[in-house]
This record gives sequence, C-alpha cells and structure tokens, in this order.
Amino acid sequence: MNGVELRNVTKAYAGITVMENINLEIADGDFLVLLGPSGCGKSTLLNMIAGLEPVTGGAIDINGRDVTALEPDERDIAMVFQSYALYPTMSVRKNIGFGLKMAGMPKPEIEERVNEVAELLQITPLLDRKPSQLSGGQQQRVAIGRALVREPAVFLFDEPLSNLDAKLRADMRIELKRLHERLGRTIVYVTHDQIEAMTLATKVVVLDRGSIQQADTPENVYRRPANRFVASFVGAPTMNFVDGTLARDGDQVFFDTGNGKLPLVDVPAEANDLVGRPMTLGARPEHLMFDDAGISARVVLAEPTGPDQYVRLAVAGAEMTARSGPEQAFKSGSDIGVVIDGARMSLFDVENGKALLHG
Amino acid sequence: MRYNRWALYGLLCLAAIMIMAPVFIMISTSLKSMDEIRNGSIFTLPADPSFAAWRKAWFGDCTQTLGEKCGGLSSSFMTSVQIVIPALFLSVGLGAVTGYSLAVWKMKGANVMFAALLVGMFIPPQVTLYPLIIMIRELGIFGSIPGLILVHVIWGVAFTTMMFRNFFKTVPQDLLKAARIDGAGFWRLFWHVMLPLSLPILGVAMILQFTYIWNDFLLGLTFGGRSGQPMTVALNNLVGSQFGEKEYNVDMAATMLTALPTLAVYLLSGRLFVRGIAAGAVKG
Repeated sequence: MNGVELRNVTKAYAGITVMENINLEIADGDFLVLLGPSGCGKSTLLNMIAGLEPVTGGAIDINGRDVTALEPDERDIAMVFQSYALYPTMSVRKNIGFGLKMAGMPKPEIEERVNEVAELLQITPLLDRKPSQLSGGQQQRVAIGRALVREPAVFLFDEPLSNLDAKLRADMRIELKRLHERLGRTIVYVTHDQIEAMTLATKVVVLDRGSIQQADTPENVYRRPANRFVASFVGAPTMNFVDGTLARDGDQVFFDTGNGKLPLVDVPAEANDLVGRPMTLGARPEHLMFDDAGISARVVLAEPTGPDQYVRLAVAGAEMTARSGPEQAFKSGSDIGVVIDGARMSLFDVENGKALLHG
Repeated sequence: MRYNRWALYGLLCLAAIMIMAPVFIMISTSLKSMDEIRNGSIFTLPADPSFAAWRKAWFGDCTQTLGEKCGGLSSSFMTSVQIVIPALFLSVGLGAVTGYSLAVWKMKGANVMFAALLVGMFIPPQVTLYPLIIMIRELGIFGSIPGLILVHVIWGVAFTTMMFRNFFKTVPQDLLKAARIDGAGFWRLFWHVMLPLSLPILGVAMILQFTYIWNDFLLGLTFGGRSGQPMTVALNNLVGSQFGEKEYNVDMAATMLTALPTLAVYLLSGRLFVRGIAAGAVKG
C-alpha cells in the first residue's frame, strides 16, 4: 500500500524495551499527528520512520517498500525540525537545494525546483540571505521548503512550531494545513500541543509511555477517548473526573460520588447496564450545564478568557470546571444549580481506566 | 571610583612597559653600530640608526663565508617555510578530520582514543623524543625536512584533534540529522557543512600551530639535521658562535627577524583569533 506502515516495531535502549509491537498504518495523503507528553516516545517513533534511529525489531514500509534497513536519504522522506536545523553557512537557496545537490541532480534543474518552492512558500526575496538573517517564522518556512523541494513520499515534522511565538504559531498552523490540502502529501507530525493535533490532523495517534493509547480521527479522540489518559491529555481545560457509581431514581439518572448526587440528563439507554458499578465519570467543562433544577454547586473562582469563562465549582465533594459564556456574572462563594450532559459524558473503568461508555 | 580607574591604568601601563622594554632595547640596539653599543648605555636611542646589522643578519657577511653560505638567516628562513607550510596544513587538516569523526560519528572506542590523544598532549616532547627518533630513523627520513614535518604533524595532531572535536561536539544534533536526511555522508557532511562551520576554530588552530612549529627549537635541532635546519636553530648557531667579537646588533636583528613571522601572524589575525577563542555553540 502507499503511505507508511509500521509492523510490530520495537525499540530498546541498552536492553530496556521502551516501545513494543507498535503497529500503525498511515494512509496515503493522511495528516497523521503523533501526540503525547514529553518522553512518550513520539519523537523516537518519528526518528525510526526517518531512519535516524534503528529499530530493534519489526519493519517499516514506505509506499509498499520495506525501508527498515535503508539510510534516511534512501527512504523517500523529508524532515522538518523544531530547531529548523538550517545549515548556518549556506544561503537559503543552497539550504533548500542541498539535498538535491547531494542526490546528484544537475544544477539548472535544482535552480528551477528551488525557485518553484520559494515561490510556493513566498520566500523568493530571501533566497540569497543566510539563515541568521531570518526571523524564526522565515527560518521555519525555509526548513519546510527544504523538505518540499525533494518531493518525498512522506513528510516528517518534529514539533515544527514549538519554537515560534503564539501568533506566528497560529499563522503557520493555518499555512501548514493549507499546504497539506493543496499538495495532498502524507505527513507524520509530532507534537505535544493538542491544539495542533486537533486542527491539523486527519488522524491522531495518542502515545503514552511508548505505547499507542488511541489512533483515530481528532473528533473521536476528543469525543470518544479510549481511556482516561487520552481523555485527560486531550482538551483544555482538562476533562473533569469524579469517582462514584451510576444510580437511578425513577426516570432520573444520577452519578453518586458518595458526597452528593450529580444529575445526568439525556443518558443513553446502555448506561442501564452499568448502574451500581464503581467507575469514573468524565465530563468536559462544556458538558456541565447550569440548571436551577440541578445539584447545588458553590462557585470557587471564575476565569474569563474572552470568548468564554471557566468556572471552578465545588460540587458533590469534588472540584469541577464548567464553561460558560462571558455574559453571566459569577460571584465567588455563591451557589448555582448544575446538571451534567449525559449524552456527551464518558464513563471509565476505575481499575484500568478504559472507557466503558460514551454518551 | 575615579582613583580605581587611575590605579587600573597605571597597572596596565606598568605591565605594558615591562613587556615592551626588552623589545624596545632589541630594536634600538639592532639599529646601532658596534662602536655605539660598546660606548653607550643600552637604554639610549641610536644616534645614527642604520639597518646594516639587519642586512648582515639576513644575508650574512660574504667576506667571512661559513661553508658555501654566507651565514645569514635567509636560507634557514626558507627552510622554516618549507617545514611550516606542509606541517601546518597536514596537522590542522588531519586534526579537523579526526576531530570531526570523533565528535560526530559514534564508533567503537572513540572515547578511549580521545583519552589517549589527551594523554599524548600532556606528555612533554622530551619524554618521547628518543622513541620518536628511532621511529623516524626506521622510516629512513631522519635528518631531513620530511622527517621533521612528520614529527611536527604527529605532535600537532593531538592538539588540533582536541580543538576540532570539542568544537564539533557543540554542533546541534538536528543539524546532523538534517544532513543525513539530505544524503550527506561522512566526507560530504564534513566538507559542505562542518568545515565551513568551523572556520573560526580553523583560524585559531592555524595560528597556534604556525606559532608552535615556527618557534620550535628542540624538534628542529633533533630531527632536522643539516639540510632541515629551521630558523630558530640557525639563530642559535649565529648568536652562540664563539668566533671573534660578539656582534650584539646583528644578534638582536637576527632575533627580531626570527620572531617577525609569528608576530605578523598575530597582528594580522588578532581579531580572528579572539573571535575563534570566543566561538561557542552554533545557534540552532
């Protein structure tokens, strides 16, 4: 198949296995984001695809060709680094053309392709400058140009936007997405920033401690997290978690924390099977709704962010965050009624954290 | 505050005078005639400055020939140049390549080899002089310019390797990864990426090696033989010769002539030298 396939990839350092039996299919044209906290193995995985680090076991295919034993330059890949990694002594033109020159392409052809890419990225006026004369955003553009010019089967991005300031990061994010939609190339992109993952990816792979927690569309990773780790890692502010049991009182379903009963509305029918079993309720801030008929919650603190407000609530013996519009005024210490949207909540096993049910 | 400043300038001036006084006396004496030297103080300025002593030091005095030469330093200057140029480029070039391979390419035993090089650097040359003589003799180039060049390269390469290795260690990993992905192998990574990066260090290594080799006396005396006699050895012969009257003006001029090339290198490359010393990690 076209794209990238990892088959039972294992990685060990000095006899200690850090990754075991990673299986992953990246379809042709996918924008796959490897997401996880630092040390989760996402960069190691990317380096193994690039051929910069050898695999201990398993195999990697790129466009149907087993590249496990090949050098990075023979794998038909290109990579963009967090630190840009431009050659400091070369002009932008030479930086972009270096890979082609190493591949032995004739000069006029290199010139033509460099110009084409520069045009595409709007860096033509910068071609004769040195990297040190460029801003961070311009440097990153050049680094992307250096990858584009090789027209590889797969683009690898290693946290490419992490060194940019917030505004520029948002701009470059849009540009990357546009570039992907325009060129339709396969991209593997490493980041710890879930916003990047959600906005850019066609498929997100959440990693933790060297193993894949979930591989799915961004919508599903957010909406139907496979376990508590994914649920807590994706989403900001983070999902609220409360331990307790599902309880039923006539038509009304509650989540009983032992210190109070959180009313759930629009609970799916499957939840009936889980009544009485100890579990963890996961509810994102936008799934807490203010309703006078609900349980009484005390406002601890309100954080206005501009478009939204995040309200810390003390409720049923736990602290939870709720989202609200900017209009409503919350007074610290006042009480307010709260219900939880059962149609969008998640329930997790207390022991292993696996998702039991998504509303 | 102001008094501190004066004290500082005073101290600096004192240090400058202490260092420059001998140089001043040398230059002044070299411009005097022997009569003036015999009858005056060494601190007085030359009454009638003349470059006669400098000419004699350089070309020699062909009325009292020593063998086929006239005894001047000009011929040994050329010998020194013949020794320094190849020894300089070989020791710096080799050091750049070995330093690069030790820093960038993870090979087995690299650390052990680097440690051995370091130890080699701290052993005084006198200790290994005799084994080195045997080695060079067995190679059949003892007492010749190539033999002396080889010894200088052997001695220099430990130092230059360390300099380049330490510099290349500061090159960011991502840059090396990028070059690997671009398909640059051992030599092309070295030539296109690493060597251009190391220009400041290259400059410093060249300057220091030039100075060491040019100023060397012991190795030149031991390994050069008659045909490979560098300027320092010739200077010693000239100054130390016991025939007739001691010609202080010629001795001073000859010493200045011998020191001039290294002085010129420092003066011309001072800025580069400081920049190289201060060159830290490459910005990512």
